[in-house]
Amino acid sequence: MIRDITLGQYYSSDSIIHRLDARLKIVASVLFIVELFVVNNFWGFCLCALALAVVVKVSKVPFKFIMRGMKPILMILLFTFCLNMFMVPGHVIFHIGFLKLTSEGLYTAVFMAIRLILLIIGTSLLTFTTKPINLTDGIENLLTPLCKIGVPTHELAMMMSIALRFIPTLLEETDKIMKAQQARGADFETGNLIARAKALIPILVPLFVSAFRIAQELAMAMEARCYKGGKGRTRMHQLKLGKADYVSAVLMTAFFAVIICMRIFM
Amino acid sequence: MSIQVKNLTHIYSPGMPDEQVALEDVSFSVADGEVVGVIGHTGSGKSTMLQHLNGLLKPSSGTIVVGDVDITEKGVAMREIRKRVGLVFQYPEYQLFEETVALDVAFGPKNLGLDEDEIEKRVRAAIKEVGLDYEKIKDRSPFELSGGQKRRVAIAGVIAMMPEVLILDEPTAGLDPGAHEEILKMIERIHENSGNIIIFVSHNMGDVARLSDKVLVMDDGHLVLSGTPTEVFSKKDELKAIGLSVPPVTNLMQQLHDRGLDIDPDKLNLDEAEEELVRYLQRTKIND
Repeated sequence: MIRDITLGQYYSSDSIIHRLDARLKIVASVLFIVELFVVNNFWGFCLCALALAVVVKVSKVPFKFIMRGMKPILMILLFTFCLNMFMVPGHVIFHIGFLKLTSEGLYTAVFMAIRLILLIIGTSLLTFTTKPINLTDGIENLLTPLCKIGVPTHELAMMMSIALRFIPTLLEETDKIMKAQQARGADFETGNLIARAKALIPILVPLFVSAFRIAQELAMAMEARCYKGGKGRTRMHQLKLGKADYVSAVLMTAFFAVIICMRIFM
Repeated sequence: MSIQVKNLTHIYSPGMPDEQVALEDVSFSVADGEVVGVIGHTGSGKSTMLQHLNGLLKPSSGTIVVGDVDITEKGVAMREIRKRVGLVFQYPEYQLFEETVALDVAFGPKNLGLDEDEIEKRVRAAIKEVGLDYEKIKDRSPFELSGGQKRRVAIAGVIAMMPEVLILDEPTAGLDPGAHEEILKMIERIHENSGNIIIFVSHNMGDVARLSDKVLVMDDGHLVLSGTPTEVFSKKDELKAIGLSVPPVTNLMQQLHDRGLDIDPDKLNLDEAEEELVRYLQRTKIND
């Protein structure tokens, strides 16, 4: 089950999307999120889904791989779906006890579910197709203007990239510790809520100890290589926009314009 | 108690782009009271195989019979299997979590549902068995112990469950020579006292030759060689081809043999080698 969590992972492949400038992909993701919230009817979602499908196809990230990442989020999806379905007031279709299913509720529930699914797929595509190191460079570069008002942009970007880099490591660590405790007869699957919460202690304590150990080792390794923060740091790979970047920037803007127009005129 | 593994195959993420065949058609058996050494370089499937033996991983195909139970069958109580087969992971000290050593060692027995007296008795025995002083160490925090002590406390946590099969995945990894030797002695002592099956992974060929009755050689998810240490370590070239070696003493004897000394090169420890060399020297003296 732990292996199913693909959040923040990089999927190695050689595609146009993979080769695009990280800054562009970050802006595209932000735009996509904005678009999803601008859209107010199902036609808009169809268009967004279609665009997303094209990008996924071009990125060569297998659909199955993306769907596997959705599995752990299913619970949250289901929860919001049910909440929306029964909590939105409006025209009642039928009762189950005190629960009232309204047509407005059903509409909102489906609407929100589609929005969430597209949101998750769209944003996870960013990390699937961008190496953490490029992502950091991109974020840092985009945040440079904030540097002038004293925001530690380099440090922020470094923290983010380290966090991303260690998601798979910590998942692996969790998997290992879970197995080790299971081998000692620990049971995580049965019992009531309190028993299950208690059963987490044998995982959480070693996990925290491990996380601190890993952090300390990383800090030492970085210092051993003379890392001292952002000031005066030069880069081996300069970010440069290429032809494909300009083309996709134009496509992106055009798509954004279409969505805005749809909102205004439909 | 014996173990029969038949045609064990395990595939990670089947049908996914990152699909990986970790084990393919592995078959072997372990008789009661045997000590088995497993060798193979990193990523050869050793750990995956061991995790099958106590039901942590389910095989894609194949059967594993421990004692008289096929643990791959559906509906087998996992608790029963884990009671019989104890697994000590690599760097087991990273699984310690309790406030005191005694509490941590008691975690396993407690999960087995034993009563207080029995737990206390087992904890005491297990800590003694791994060569630590129960009275001195029981109330200390496991996090303030030395590396070797932590490792032994973690192993005690599994021994306290009194498994009939004890599996250790690289029990000596990352320890200094002193602690290394103590772990080996501890394994010998445990085996002597309980006569259970012990399966261990090691990259130290000397340790494997010293402890095991039987050696399994893994490479790329396959079981490529198995037999007594003498049989396995006589196949120097085959081992070399998959990035493994023979014990240093065997290596010395084989090199002497290759240089034309009329000796039996398949000696696994210093004593045997010394005997053989003395015999050789006496023979040549008589001929002179």
